[in-house]
Amino acid sequence: MSKSTSISSLDRRHLLKGAATFGGGLVLRLALPPVMRPAWAATAGQSFAPNAFIHIDRAGAVTLVMPMVEMGQGVYTALSMIIAEELEVDLAKVRLEHAPPNDALYANAILHIQTTGLSSSVRAFWTPLRQAGAVARTLLIAAAAKRWGVAPETCRADRGTVYDAGSRYLPYGALIEAASALPIPNPDEVALKQPKDFTLIGMPARRLDSPDKVNGKAEFGIDVKMPGLKFAAIAISPAFGGKVKSVNEAASLAVKGVRQVVRIDNAVAVIADHTWAAKKGLQAAQIQWDSGPNATLTNDDIFRQLEEGSNQSGAVARNQGDADGALAKATQRFDVTYQLPFLAHAAMEPMNCTVHLRKDSCELWLGTQAPTLTQRLVAELTGLPKDAVKLHNHLLGGGFGRRLEADGTLLAVKIAQHVNGPVKIIWSREEDIQHDMYRPAYYDRLSVGLDETGKPLAWIHRVAGSSVVARYVPPLFQNGLDFDAVEGAASPPYDLPNIHVEYVRVEPPGIPTAFWRGVGVVKNVFIVESLIDDLAAAVEQDPVSYRRSLLGQNPRALGVLNLAAERSGWGQPLSAGSARGISLQSAFGGFMSLVAEVEVTPNGMVKVHRLVCAVDCGIVVNPDTIAAQVEGGTMFGLTAALYGAITLKNGRVQQSNFNDYRPMRMYEAPRIETYIVKSAEAPGGFGEAPCAIVAPAVTNAIFAATGKRIRTLPIDPLLLKS
Amino acid sequence: MATTIKINGVNRTVDVDGDTPLLWVLRDVLGMTGTKFGCGIALCGACTVHIERTPRRSCITPISSIGHGAVTTIEAIGATQQGKALQKAWLDLDVVQCGYCQSGQIMSAAALLMTNPNPSDADVDAVMSGNVCRCGTYQRIRAAIHKAAAREREDV
Repeated sequence: MSKSTSISSLDRRHLLKGAATFGGGLVLRLALPPVMRPAWAATAGQSFAPNAFIHIDRAGAVTLVMPMVEMGQGVYTALSMIIAEELEVDLAKVRLEHAPPNDALYANAILHIQTTGLSSSVRAFWTPLRQAGAVARTLLIAAAAKRWGVAPETCRADRGTVYDAGSRYLPYGALIEAASALPIPNPDEVALKQPKDFTLIGMPARRLDSPDKVNGKAEFGIDVKMPGLKFAAIAISPAFGGKVKSVNEAASLAVKGVRQVVRIDNAVAVIADHTWAAKKGLQAAQIQWDSGPNATLTNDDIFRQLEEGSNQSGAVARNQGDADGALAKATQRFDVTYQLPFLAHAAMEPMNCTVHLRKDSCELWLGTQAPTLTQRLVAELTGLPKDAVKLHNHLLGGGFGRRLEADGTLLAVKIAQHVNGPVKIIWSREEDIQHDMYRPAYYDRLSVGLDETGKPLAWIHRVAGSSVVARYVPPLFQNGLDFDAVEGAASPPYDLPNIHVEYVRVEPPGIPTAFWRGVGVVKNVFIVESLIDDLAAAVEQDPVSYRRSLLGQNPRALGVLNLAAERSGWGQPLSAGSARGISLQSAFGGFMSLVAEVEVTPNGMVKVHRLVCAVDCGIVVNPDTIAAQVEGGTMFGLTAALYGAITLKNGRVQQSNFNDYRPMRMYEAPRIETYIVKSAEAPGGFGEAPCAIVAPAVTNAIFAATGKRIRTLPIDPLLLKS
Repeated sequence: MATTIKINGVNRTVDVDGDTPLLWVLRDVLGMTGTKFGCGIALCGACTVHIERTPRRSCITPISSIGHGAVTTIEAIGATQQGKALQKAWLDLDVVQCGYCQSGQIMSAAALLMTNPNPSDADVDAVMSGNVCRCGTYQRIRAAIHKAAAREREDV
């Protein structure tokens, strides 16, 4: 996605022009945690709302509407900082609302839809939200200047108040009617603040969503409450593509509190007065399944199919120079393959959706990364007009790409079609893991040739795996190429004069695949950085020095590499059994380098003691969020590298809960340090970057400690036993 | 079967089977949704509450087993000295990300500080490793517990 980040001024104008139609009289009914809930009803019709992101009421209370969803990545705070910087209001006093689904008002200009993903929120909304804040500020200043009979240029705004050159001042609340009466200026023509004048952007700020998240008040989708609510437990066919064969409905209905048993094609739902009764009812139902066409599918079948696919030629992602010719002339040649597993998302908040389907409307309560897509798909399923599908978005208890998908919502609506009144469908953790939509498994094949100086002369990389893009955004799947599957592989940061990268689409039978935090970059950075490390070893060069020698064209990459090496004490001795490894990436519009200190025990256990991360992601909105994302993202990526694998037997996922789909726990958590390069470049995306950088640094450290090269994830301790 | 349990100082009577886990009584019957469902089999700690100051995984605690034990949940932990100190430390260090696991994290941490006001890193790891955070906030959780403990010691 980073290649298509340019936001045309036409897009921006469209966005803000559309926004200008958002009147102050529109009442939003949104599920928000109590502290975040504005006194909206009281202010409706009396507020200054020059665009869809900002409302200021008579009392001067500022409400910001969040177009992207908060799933832990800190975006509510970052987007609020961007608006507040230009609007000149006190960040600690703003109130936040979740945006309703509305692509015309809230589409992310990179993704062209109101969807939160691909680390695009700050990149997409950086300019539109600065303009939104500046338009509002300009109007408020103009209103005050008019009242005073002075030129607007002689006035200034600060913390929700307009001041003239002398001693007069007016708070925003006193200006809302006058400001609302003025014509809205063209957002492209309003003056934005100079970065040197920023007072919020670039300074560490407290998260705005923290207070309600430490006292139980924060409301996630799973927490919604309403009169008459019933609760559902579900079982989906354990084998992908299977169907329900029989259900003991009578036994289920005999359980106290069970009201109804709903059977649809591939699933059974038990509706009850509370979740426990529903779970007991589901167990009593003794469901028998017809396993369907994938009844014998195993993991070996999946990787055999991928390996065969990787022997065929694919869609060309990049072709520069003459890689085949150069390979033939190389002094040394490497032919290697890499194998990566399916991964589940396993967000802490299990999949859930509350639905109230009526004859003429469908109301939904959930946390989703893709509200407008979900609304459209529910409209199609129910035959209702889109406006009759009312979607109340919530805070997300983790997204990681899982909540880009509407599968759980559509299943919930199908169940609700049989239920009179509102019903909350909560997936068990087992259903959540066994019916995820998985990060694809991949099989990659590379051939690299070195010249006499040890530098890569030829670089050939073929990716084989499922295409999420082809299913999720078909118009972007062009000529057989999945741009995401090759992201990070097609344009490594190094000098590679002859490079050829291909993609072969291989769809696993029946296994649904989806985006996963870090997307294609996660797998490709692991592969590229592992191989670069191999090359350094083959020519007996230090991994940092070798990378430096290939970064002549890339000063920002070199900058983070040097910073990570320096801060980690690269080259200084460590205790026996421990070693350092380094990795480097250019992705999501920014650069990162990470050094891992890793110990491998004699029985092959990998202990990660310290991670040192250098970041250059352009202008930083909230440096504390960058550090938090490094700390969290590396843990997410490390969990996958050490333990993550969804495997199949008899067409079923073998893992079921946190015992066999293992998350990292506190006792395993390394010390993590973050160093940020000061930069005036455009902001880069950051929610996913740290997730991708970590695995190769760890496996490169394992190589340094043991001489053993990991090319299959997750890391197998048996292979590391000494 | 009507059962009466004391939650956050208030007696509540509910009519559910005795094997119903406290988690679902809190969330679905009483509407107290600060306590979270994460795994259902005591592997993740998101549902942690206190019964008589002892941390318990409410997802596997049948309501019939509680008897007269006083239940404390995240909604009331701020009324305890340890809970209040922890919530403040959580805000000072901006621990949370998605926040879904944090009720359980704070409940486990509060129980730790109630029995061990000056925990070492190893003590913290031993107790807190039962609580999963998929956002990976462990480093800040550990620091916040130490910070809350230090503040407690200064106050004594």
